[in-house]
Amino acid sequence: MHSDTTRRQILAGSAMSLFGTAAGSLLSARCNASDGVLKPSLPQKVSRVIWLTMAGGPSHLDLFDRKQKLADMNGMEMPPEFTAGQQLAQLQGQKLFCMGPVFPFRRYADCGMEMSELLPNIGAMADDICLVRSMTTDAINHDPAHMFMNTGSQIAGRPSMGAWVTYGLGSEADDLPGFIVMVSTGPGRSPQPIAARQWNNGFLPGSCQGVRMRSQGEPVLYLNSPDGVSNERQGADVAAVNSLNQLSANRLQDPEIATRIAQYELAFRMQTSVPELVDVSEESDTTLKRYGCEPGDGSFASNCLLARRLAERGVRFIQLYHRDWDHHSLLREELPLRAREVDQASAALIGDLKERGMFEDTLIVWSGEFGRTPMSQSNKGPIGRDHHNRSMSMWMAGGGIRGGTVYGATDELGYAAAEKICTVHDLHATMLHQLGIDHERFSVQFQGLAARLTGVEPASVLTEILS
Amino acid sequence: MKQPVTILQLAIILLLSPWAAADEKVNYTTQIRPLLSDRCYSCHGPDAAHREADLRLDQRESAMAAKAVVPGQPDASGLVARIHSTDPDLVMPPPDSGRSLNDRERQLLTDWIQQGATWEEHWAYAAPVRPDVPDDQHPVDFLVRQRLEERGLQSVGQADPRTLVRRVFSDLTGLPPTMQQVREFTADPSPDNWEMLVDELLQSPHYGERMAIPWLDVVRFSDTIGYHSDVPRNIWPYRDWVISSFNTNKPFDQFTVEQLAGDLLPQATADTRLGSAFNRLLLTTEEGGAQPKDYESRMLADRVRAVGTVWLGQTIGCAQCHDHKFDPITMQDFYSLGAFFADIAEPAVGRREAGMRVVLPDQESQLQTLERSLQNARGKLAAAEKLADAAQDVWEQRVASGDSTIIDEKMTVELRKQADAIAKILKQDSQTRSAQQRQQIRDWHRAHVFEQSRQATTEAAGVEADLKQFRDALPQCLVSVRLEQRRPVRILPRGDWMDESGPLVNPALPSWLPGLQNAPDRELTRLDLANWLVSGDNPLTARTIMNRLWGQLFGNSLSRVPEDLGAQGEAPLNPQLLDFLACEFVDSGWDFRHMVRLIVTSGTYQLASEADDGLWTVDPDNREYARQSALRRDAELIRDYSLSAAGLLSPQIGGRSIRPYQPDGYWEHLNFPKRTYQTDDGDDLYRRGVYVWWQRTFLHPGMLAFDAPGREECCAQRSRSNIPQQALVLLNDPIFVEAARGLAVRLLQEDLTSDEERVRRGWQIVLQRDPDAAELDVVLPLLEKHRGAYLKDPEAAEQLLRTGQSANPNSLNRKELAAWTHVARVLLNLHESITRS
Repeated sequence: MHSDTTRRQILAGSAMSLFGTAAGSLLSARCNASDGVLKPSLPQKVSRVIWLTMAGGPSHLDLFDRKQKLADMNGMEMPPEFTAGQQLAQLQGQKLFCMGPVFPFRRYADCGMEMSELLPNIGAMADDICLVRSMTTDAINHDPAHMFMNTGSQIAGRPSMGAWVTYGLGSEADDLPGFIVMVSTGPGRSPQPIAARQWNNGFLPGSCQGVRMRSQGEPVLYLNSPDGVSNERQGADVAAVNSLNQLSANRLQDPEIATRIAQYELAFRMQTSVPELVDVSEESDTTLKRYGCEPGDGSFASNCLLARRLAERGVRFIQLYHRDWDHHSLLREELPLRAREVDQASAALIGDLKERGMFEDTLIVWSGEFGRTPMSQSNKGPIGRDHHNRSMSMWMAGGGIRGGTVYGATDELGYAAAEKICTVHDLHATMLHQLGIDHERFSVQFQGLAARLTGVEPASVLTEILS
Repeated sequence: MKQPVTILQLAIILLLSPWAAADEKVNYTTQIRPLLSDRCYSCHGPDAAHREADLRLDQRESAMAAKAVVPGQPDASGLVARIHSTDPDLVMPPPDSGRSLNDRERQLLTDWIQQGATWEEHWAYAAPVRPDVPDDQHPVDFLVRQRLEERGLQSVGQADPRTLVRRVFSDLTGLPPTMQQVREFTADPSPDNWEMLVDELLQSPHYGERMAIPWLDVVRFSDTIGYHSDVPRNIWPYRDWVISSFNTNKPFDQFTVEQLAGDLLPQATADTRLGSAFNRLLLTTEEGGAQPKDYESRMLADRVRAVGTVWLGQTIGCAQCHDHKFDPITMQDFYSLGAFFADIAEPAVGRREAGMRVVLPDQESQLQTLERSLQNARGKLAAAEKLADAAQDVWEQRVASGDSTIIDEKMTVELRKQADAIAKILKQDSQTRSAQQRQQIRDWHRAHVFEQSRQATTEAAGVEADLKQFRDALPQCLVSVRLEQRRPVRILPRGDWMDESGPLVNPALPSWLPGLQNAPDRELTRLDLANWLVSGDNPLTARTIMNRLWGQLFGNSLSRVPEDLGAQGEAPLNPQLLDFLACEFVDSGWDFRHMVRLIVTSGTYQLASEADDGLWTVDPDNREYARQSALRRDAELIRDYSLSAAGLLSPQIGGRSIRPYQPDGYWEHLNFPKRTYQTDDGDDLYRRGVYVWWQRTFLHPGMLAFDAPGREECCAQRSRSNIPQQALVLLNDPIFVEAARGLAVRLLQEDLTSDEERVRRGWQIVLQRDPDAAELDVVLPLLEKHRGAYLKDPEAAEQLLRTGQSANPNSLNRKELAAWTHVARVLLNLHESITRS
């Protein structure tokens, strides 16, 4: 697909550095196409990531982390020593009461992992899942918390994880970008706004930015040719543009022209490959039923199915958003509905990948941006829980992840992570590790620093959860 | 316990290594300081909290006291022993730091100590020194050439006249020249004509629009608040203020002061206050549950980073949680700088106020007329009042004496009741009337008796209402308003806003830079900060601004990282040139236009962008400026050029932000509230890119594809990527399809007879040159192909021609127009069409 010249230019133009020093010009670096610019320095356990993001902050206390003591103290005043001197979000200054788990839990699969009855399908996959109950984050509001989860920084403008990975490893897809994002639509109440910065390339080359695939309208912005312009006519124009650009390239010494030609070729290929990708008519009824989706419904389930199709086509980093987990109120009413929207499809994705032999080289991550308080919130309507950054649960599955295990624990009320605390930087370090990247040596020069996804403070790979 | 390398071992190493023979003089600024900074400072640098062994390598005294460095004696220097150690527990930097030195770097450090280990002040903190330049030479060319000679390089020749005209139009107005303008200059490309052309462009009102783009990037101007709901705010008049400031060539020191403290100036005007909108450009939130203290701290940090990036070229933001690792910037500095802005009235969380009413230039005469009318009306009213007072006395006496009655047969019942009451009062002795009764009488007399007064009152009220209506319709802009009592500011340990144990700080100028002479004996204000930024005491501002301007005109700045002139940035390869520009900028009275003129009239600016393999290999990134650079144009200009070729571009300068075509549902993930995008109509669709609505979280996707930044953080330099989305935008975004159609209309409407002539004309409009034979061989068959296809499928032609709002002239054959639209589209998609070379 790519001539030697292009490959040489890509390598020469790359500022990629495993050793904290930039070589060449960052601005001219590129990382689309099949030329990975980084030879992984660690054994590569997985070659792609599918990140299922539950925006809004799912309640770990009602889904993943049952606390008997909290149930016993339901309705009683929250012991003040837990919250003394700490900032809360919407509960700041309010009287605080314990709220026990609202839904029953049970033990699932051979490993007997305890999870909510709201997640029977994910539960059935528990032997393949590692549940982390000791996650924490630095931010307590949605927007900064998403930024922190995606970029390792609360300051806007940093590259997201998907951009870092695409930058480091390139894409294996010839006809698609390396980093694709899908945001599902659904019947929920007040879906979280998700800014495009969450999949931004920051100071990395523009080719590493996440491309949003949409369920309605054009699947990729500006993918469709203008009305009246058939594929053949479009192809004729692209060929003419490239012929004329080639004439310029013969005349002028400007490597950008060769790149421009390659990008027009890729763009034109995408005009065919993307519609083919989103057309799920070739999928069997069994498959559709398994995920629980109807073609083109834009649901999280549909996007899980598309994620598998993207993975098959070599896309490096796939991120899915479900946006409706911010249950300040109506937790009892809403949580079962939202759980239903993701439970079957998340499990179907694992099962489908396993059957296709892709589970072993895919890393699946399921997480929100923060957890929720063990204290009830009742100032916004029927009872719910507030934002909480001192504890949350998330799970991982796939290549090199020790299934059937639970990592870390919170305190007796589920207020703060207490054992084997896992930070967002630890999560990033672990994800990079599975991709064969040493997070400490993966940096680019930015504002005078060797900037890393995992930041300046020490971060650790969660080696215990790796098989 | 392991021992360091022994003296004997070291002596052997020294004997075996070639450093004793080093004859090249090692340069501290360009070779040693960057090395020490990158590999050593994180543990042996300015950050006291993370310093190891109490050793600082950024300070001579510390390094000497610890015998880490003994000038002239590498074998006695601890540093040399440790960097050469083979013991993993002793070798520096430690193996697990990922900062190990290579042989060449060890050699450099050793040579430097051998040569006497001189420390120099960091280049950017020393006052710029104006280099000597012979009178008969252009200073830029002289200084560039000096450096090229040192490196044994020779610059390429001058660019051809057509390229020059295209280049300078793109750089100074962001608009294409006409074929005629290129022809005129080509006919006589003399230096005099070049200067005339440059001067003409510098006077163009589009000059301000062009210069505003990078400024709006660096100050992070946008129409929305940024966080979470990313709702709109009133801010666009600031953008017009920036454009107008460049157009009137406002001295840069004044430009600076008005932005930081236009509200605090003793002679503050509406215009200077408008400049102070700068302080309101940051990200804010309306998210429920957001904690005011959290956002107070975020906003403080945001502003400190902005001042650091925009004027100082310093990464001060790094000192939010700890002292800076590489530059001598402390947390105290960070929070003291932040304290300057703690006087700005604003909510920490929640809706911004609507802001100051702004009178636009074209509204001023209307306002003056209204104000004059009001003055007249009030004058009349005052005169009438005087007469009325006299008349009232007479009237009262007449009523009291029975000469006159105030009851009128035609009065309504209600009015008659009032009249009776008045009559009753009037019968009372005037001495016994209450204040309220006196007022009643006065009001009655003016409303019902004294005609003149009544008219004057109505007239004044009418004008007042007009004026109010006029003012209410004026656009509004967030500006700086000072609090009586500023917010207290504390140092936040580790940057944690929940930790209130840190000491309170007052506004203070950066401790690592020369201070303000004659500092006032009171708490410093934003005005002091602004004055200091542009005072002769500050070595950074002029360098920072000129470094960016150079980057704007050559594609890369003199010091490579325009937002960081600190230790981890890059010492300029040609420090004399940067110093010259900085000195000249200040000495000219901060005359920005003068500096632009000076640079673009240099021979260096006018060099060709092409180079032979030799130069290309030695200097692929054009750091030495032995040539110019071919640069893909900025997002805004790509739009402007296409619309201009189509004859659709609106010339309107300024005004509210515009909403071009945007894919349906692009904003579907915005919430609180949900929004639907309202595409503009008519001329607004075709205004310049600089006016496009800047939605921080969802910037227009066509702009985003061409690297327009979201402006959530200050952006001192855009990246220039080359990605497939750009092809999709240029091929398929309706505005570019419409532009192609517009260009096709132009070509078909011209009085030309052959296809070849029309293609030629298209090339002239877009590229200001003729197509060559090979190009015609591509384009003419393409035209034939599309003609044939549309002849068979006229409905497809109709569909294509419906893209975009502008009308198709009825006189044109639709299938023909569709076919030519393809030709125009190919032309507008060419790399050459989107590149300034």
